[in-house]
Amino acid sequence: MMEEAKDEASVLSVHGDDIKVTEVLKDGDTLTFLIISKKDRHKPVVSPVFQLSGTGEYHVDRTYDDFEWLQQHLFAQEDVPGIQGVIFPPLPAKPQVNASAKTMKQLGILGLGEWQPYCKAMETFLRQVAAHSVLCRNKAVEVFLTSSAPPGRQKIRKNIFNRLSQAVEEMRKEGHKDVDEFFQTERDRNLVLTSCTKTAAEKFLDMVLTEQKIAVACGHFSAALHLLVEPGEDADKQAFSRVCVKLSEVFESMKKNMTSVAENNMSTLGLGLDLESRHQEAEKEMLFRRTCKLVELESTKRNAEKAKPVKKLAMEEVKKAAETEFEHICRVAKQEITRFEKVRVEMLQQALVQWCEKQLLTAKESADQFNKHLQVFGGMA
Amino acid sequence: MAASSDRNPPPFPGTEELETGQTDMADGDSDEGEDIFVSNSNPVSVSRGVSQPDRVSEEPPDLFSEEEADSTTAKSNGVHSDDDNDLFAEAHVELGTDKSTRSAQKDLPTSSGPRPATSFTQSPASLQPTSLEQLEEEEATDSFDVDVAVTNPEKVGDGMNAYVAYKVSTRTSLAMFRNKTFSVRRRFSDFLGLYEKLSVKQSLHGCIIPPPPEKSVVGMTKVKVGMDDPSSVEFVERRRAALERYLQRIVSHPSLLQDPDVREFLERDELPRAVNTQALSGAGFLKMITKASDAVNKMTIKMNESDTWFEDKFQEVETEEQQLRKLHAMVDSLVNHRKELCGNTAVFAKSMAMLGNSEDNTALSRALSQLAEVEDKMEQLHQEQAASDFFILAELLADYIRLVGAVRGCFDQRMRAWQRWQEAQSTLQKKREAEAKLLWANKPDKLQQAKEEITEWESRVTQYERDFDRIGMAVRKEVLRFEKEKAKDFKSQIIKYLEAMMQSQQRLVKFWEAFLPEAKAIA
Repeated sequence: MMEEAKDEASVLSVHGDDIKVTEVLKDGDTLTFLIISKKDRHKPVVSPVFQLSGTGEYHVDRTYDDFEWLQQHLFAQEDVPGIQGVIFPPLPAKPQVNASAKTMKQLGILGLGEWQPYCKAMETFLRQVAAHSVLCRNKAVEVFLTSSAPPGRQKIRKNIFNRLSQAVEEMRKEGHKDVDEFFQTERDRNLVLTSCTKTAAEKFLDMVLTEQKIAVACGHFSAALHLLVEPGEDADKQAFSRVCVKLSEVFESMKKNMTSVAENNMSTLGLGLDLESRHQEAEKEMLFRRTCKLVELESTKRNAEKAKPVKKLAMEEVKKAAETEFEHICRVAKQEITRFEKVRVEMLQQALVQWCEKQLLTAKESADQFNKHLQVFGGMA
Repeated sequence: MAASSDRNPPPFPGTEELETGQTDMADGDSDEGEDIFVSNSNPVSVSRGVSQPDRVSEEPPDLFSEEEADSTTAKSNGVHSDDDNDLFAEAHVELGTDKSTRSAQKDLPTSSGPRPATSFTQSPASLQPTSLEQLEEEEATDSFDVDVAVTNPEKVGDGMNAYVAYKVSTRTSLAMFRNKTFSVRRRFSDFLGLYEKLSVKQSLHGCIIPPPPEKSVVGMTKVKVGMDDPSSVEFVERRRAALERYLQRIVSHPSLLQDPDVREFLERDELPRAVNTQALSGAGFLKMITKASDAVNKMTIKMNESDTWFEDKFQEVETEEQQLRKLHAMVDSLVNHRKELCGNTAVFAKSMAMLGNSEDNTALSRALSQLAEVEDKMEQLHQEQAASDFFILAELLADYIRLVGAVRGCFDQRMRAWQRWQEAQSTLQKKREAEAKLLWANKPDKLQQAKEEITEWESRVTQYERDFDRIGMAVRKEVLRFEKEKAKDFKSQIIKYLEAMMQSQQRLVKFWEAFLPEAKAIA
């Protein structure tokens, strides 16, 4: 069932891998994103009501809440067998104007106020949803991407897909021993990777923040050097003033360089680590759901065994249902884990390569700059 | 200027080794000295080389005989060690081109045999002027005849009585010194003692005396406890570099160089312990300057400047000091941020190493471990950059804050000279009035005394007026010299800084280039 879905590729009328989030508008706490997706000419237009620009592109604007609407719809697909085994593409946390410390920590590198990385993160979310063979079938996705009118705002009832609840009993289940070695290994590995990645992302953010501080300090110094410039025709005074002006230029380029370094960090590896971290969390949630189902299954088994003959049949039914559901979940989960592994390695590689390339370019430019400055200084009287 | 690359400031401790050479430290010392007052050793030596031929052809026999004598003295003098030769060896690589010019010239007039290798160190000796006129002529061409280096800080003694002794090495071509190269060991209080002596003597001459670095009880206590921890190493290095610059500034000052105390400081094996250096601790030094300023402010008679030059300059100097302080604070803040970045980078590197270890995918795991190593290297780079910021820029600004303070001191000296003159005039006036009274009261015996006193005070007034004029001229000359040196100093230090930064960036480029294939190799 699930396998064939892959051959049908996407049921979306747009190319999933070409979705772009190009702009964001900020109005107080409300963020509105501009999303552009390209029509897939091989697919029929779902409904003539939906607008289409002349270029074969859909331009829609969506608020953060609309994204949440989409996510809720995806979570609510209880009729899809094994849906709980899906690793749901994670949505970045909502940035707020006066964010609490907890929110800032949650946002990580996305909380720095740079919209480019944030748009990229939202874009990745949409692309992953569109590329997911199960999720893309949900009508909500098509509506989200193509409807000119904002999608409905009705609140969906809460479901168990919400962020891992920290209720005490839930935490206890997290450590429940597994019946399947594959999954036990995966759970153990995920536990380690989740914490390592989170730490790495946090430390990376610290680095970026300090880099920004250095850039600001260079800017201040550059401006302040002009204080030393004195008017006057005295040759030595002029020589000194020239030195100060040139040094000010040096620090201005140092500031630009540091700013670039920080930006490169944010937009490539920073984003990559953040994405990886949130994905690991998403996998963790999926595994936890499965574990909860396992606990439930074992409990139905016990009930069926202990049941009095009167209730036995009913209990057996319950047990069978639980078994079937659990099987579905495990099957989906296995596929998801394999897919996930491939996707994340690809994503990390991309992030690392981009990061390295950008930083290399910036470093070369900077070395060039220093060389030029040196020549200017050397040539000064 | 290539020379400065030899003398990279050492990294902040925490880095194991600096590729561009902690080991080069000793070698490059004299170059640093030349760097500070660049008269860029290259251009100057070239001009030296150019102007040399005349002198050389005049005195070849003397030169060579002196050289021979000196080289033997050099060998027999126990003070010399191989260290001295090594110390300046680097410089000779620089001067090599000039040497060939000079030696080409020298070989022409004489047929002296090949000189021994050690005479390499003596090549500047060919510049040795044999008369005072030549000395002055050299000053006029702004050549550099004395190099001083401060190296090898060593802890002497134990516990709270311990102190750090520095090796002060001098290389010179001047006749007034006994030898061409020599070195002595000095401790910090010796440097302060020299300053005190110079201040006392030169105060009437309007000289800008370069101030030494401040005392630091906290810093020294740490060192007394142990010289190994990073902050002690940094403290000692900072002080060593500052002392070197201090001496370089003194010896490049034409008048100060002539002072016998300076010569004694550089040459004499054992110096009597300098006492009374309390006044020259950081706080004491500032107190001294403010006391002088207060005295000036308290003067009841305001000076009537015929020439606004002094007033204007004084204003400028005061403003400049404030600005330098602001700039220094900013560089300090920059240094702190860089140190913070070092810490962040190290922590991040560790977290990446852990992530790499937890990764199952081998290629990814390896790439992440490589990343951790790259970040480690970057931490080292940040250390070096922080060191550059600090040892070059921050210390430059700190030096000039002190120097500008000394310039202010100069102006105060002039004020005091004026005050002395005014007071003498008023005393003279009083004496004249007293004489008039005595005349009227007809007391011949006291009259004689009064007349003598008047004569005495008349000559004093004349003397003090002359002093005042002289000090005024000296202050003007000094300030102009100061401004000239300041421009040169800043330029050469900034060039050093830029070179260090450029090298950092180039190494960074290499790190990234090495990492890129690793990143791409992830399957």
